[in-house]
Amino acid sequence: MTAVLETPQQRQMDLLRFATAGSVDDGKSTLIGRLLYDSKAIFTDQLEAVEATSRSRGDEYTNLALLTDGLRAEREQGITIDVAYRYFATPRRKFIIADTPGHIQYTRNMVTGASTADLALILVDARKGLVEQSRRHAFLCSLLRVPHLVLCVNKMDLVGYDQAVFDRIADEFTSFAAKLEAPDLTVIPISALHGDNLVSRSEKMPWYEGPSLLHHLEHVHIASDRNLVDVRFPVQYVIRPQSTTVADYRGYAGQIASGIMKPGDEVMVLPSGFTTKITYIETADGELAEAYPPMSVTIRLADEIDIARGDLICRPNNAPAVAQDIEAMICWMDETRPLTVGGKYAIKHTTRSARAVVRGLQYRLDVNTLHRDESATALTLNEIGRVKLRTTVPLLADEYRRNRTTGGFIIIDETSNRTVGAGMIIEAA
Amino acid sequence: MSSRPPYRVSHLDALEAESLFIMREVVAEFERPVLLFSGGKDSIVMLRLAEKAFAPGRVPFPVMHVDTGHNFPEVLAYRDRRVNDLNVQLIVASVQEAIDSGLVRESGDGMRNRIQTPVLLDAVEKYRFDSLFGGARRDEEKARAKERVFSFRDDFGQWDPRNQRPELWGLYNARIAPGESIRVFPLSNWTELDVWHYIAREQIDLPDIYYAHDREVVDRGGMLYAVNEFLPLKPGETPFVERVRYRTVGDASCTAAVRSDADTIDKVIDEVAATRITERGATRGDDKVSEAAMEDRKREGYF
Repeated sequence: MTAVLETPQQRQMDLLRFATAGSVDDGKSTLIGRLLYDSKAIFTDQLEAVEATSRSRGDEYTNLALLTDGLRAEREQGITIDVAYRYFATPRRKFIIADTPGHIQYTRNMVTGASTADLALILVDARKGLVEQSRRHAFLCSLLRVPHLVLCVNKMDLVGYDQAVFDRIADEFTSFAAKLEAPDLTVIPISALHGDNLVSRSEKMPWYEGPSLLHHLEHVHIASDRNLVDVRFPVQYVIRPQSTTVADYRGYAGQIASGIMKPGDEVMVLPSGFTTKITYIETADGELAEAYPPMSVTIRLADEIDIARGDLICRPNNAPAVAQDIEAMICWMDETRPLTVGGKYAIKHTTRSARAVVRGLQYRLDVNTLHRDESATALTLNEIGRVKLRTTVPLLADEYRRNRTTGGFIIIDETSNRTVGAGMIIEAA
Repeated sequence: MSSRPPYRVSHLDALEAESLFIMREVVAEFERPVLLFSGGKDSIVMLRLAEKAFAPGRVPFPVMHVDTGHNFPEVLAYRDRRVNDLNVQLIVASVQEAIDSGLVRESGDGMRNRIQTPVLLDAVEKYRFDSLFGGARRDEEKARAKERVFSFRDDFGQWDPRNQRPELWGLYNARIAPGESIRVFPLSNWTELDVWHYIAREQIDLPDIYYAHDREVVDRGGMLYAVNEFLPLKPGETPFVERVRYRTVGDASCTAAVRSDADTIDKVIDEVAATRITERGATRGDDKVSEAAMEDRKREGYF
């Protein structure tokens, strides 16, 4: 408890991004409200505003959902429309929560929130056990390759803190998650309302020997989730100052997607295939001896080769596919028009833009039953399917399961310019 | 450093890396970006990030100040000095000129926050800016917690919270039609404390009014306002001298100071870490109007 109340002075905290999912009544807002309040991320004026609104609406208790429901329509309708980002810190870590609503447009919001998450937190009501939605959330987390999954069995107070209830739910979920290749699963019995097992271990559940939720969030090992093996540096911007003081300077700026880069390394530039050496890795603060994800750096090379935004720097013996035929799982996010075979779209993949045509829809996946419907001819809002695309220019692509940066792309409608889909590459040739 | 596990990245490094990525993405994908600079600490940090993103080159876009005319002199001096150091173009969109020309009308309470919006939109149209960097953070306010990093605006500059583009991974959709624009918030994931830690780490110089000093103020509804030409005394008010500092710096007629003895960056950080009131709640008269004040202003095209 004391650790949480200390001021987060350490400037060497690391960063954990997590997504939360749950339905209206499972206590997700209460849980987040408590995490924020106990870590002092909720301020007095925010709490006063929420208490006043709760009173005026006749709520029996302070409705912490009002803290996260920021839009007028949300407060008026009592629903959460969009992903809300929340922040708190303990002395060990800064946390970014992508809080996704459970009921409407759940897939679009959940996929968005999970895309950058290190960890996903799924809540179930101990009285109800796993419901269809819990399985769906777990599936989406595995589809997006969120490395860590936490199932919080909430409202343990309402089942008398009974270990048998918890064990049954934990076992059921664990066997379900095994089918999904969920890499790291933790199950924690909690009561968000009473704070059991949230910040510290609860005395009401002596049979539970695992960590409290906050302890787990603070200590879960995320450094090794990064891919430090495959060097992938999508060139974002070419820095070529028009200045006599740094004449002939040519640096390639970007954010390292994966791998460790060092000056002297032999590298290959795609799609051209030219090889050269790294001479300098720099930031505005000076030269670096090595660089790794997610650093934003500028790379200088020994030879003058024609390199532009959208190219990718890798190692000669470890390169992504240079591919125009892409197979991917697509999550469709547009309510106005479905994805159809023959449809043409703009896509953005790393720093590269291309056009693509849908060559085929192999199947549509039922996210509740995982049944594959091979007769499907379109994907509508919140539907997921396996799709074949042909692109106008090659993508420099890896499988999404190996690399979330070089394996993910978005689909943009060329007329409305809306982001209409998200893709996770399965195969690129 | 040596005690840290290898290849670890601190939260400030991760936030900085993300912000640099966002800024480079904008310059690569848009034709006419501009950075909105208020002289507030967030826009000061943003300008520093811009400097770092394109080094050793110059910041490749102009800086625009929507000038309400109600300025703290220290902030104007700071603005001019920074712009000069960085050798970037400064555009001043003047609210006073807009009032004089009849584009906007002064509101009854004398606050010029809301009438900045038409002045901003007018300048966007005049200079044909297609992307505008703003220093807003999601931790500031509930409506902002739901706004995208690349926030689409229609050709009236309006934000529609129900029609936002999903934002996945680090893939930002920069496609717009002529007349439309994107507001870009590189500090979306920073908190007030992150900003202060970064200011300390980078040793960023700030206008003096961010640190504790003695100032003649009046108390209006629990908020301490500096007495100046834009904020004349009301009948019955007695000004008094307090030790104060500013947590946010905006229009001098609606930004309040807080009581503070924090006269160094470390003391400010301690104070921010211990405070129990949000910075907007403590210092902004304009956000007290209603629960949806910010959302409503953003829908009209506000920052």
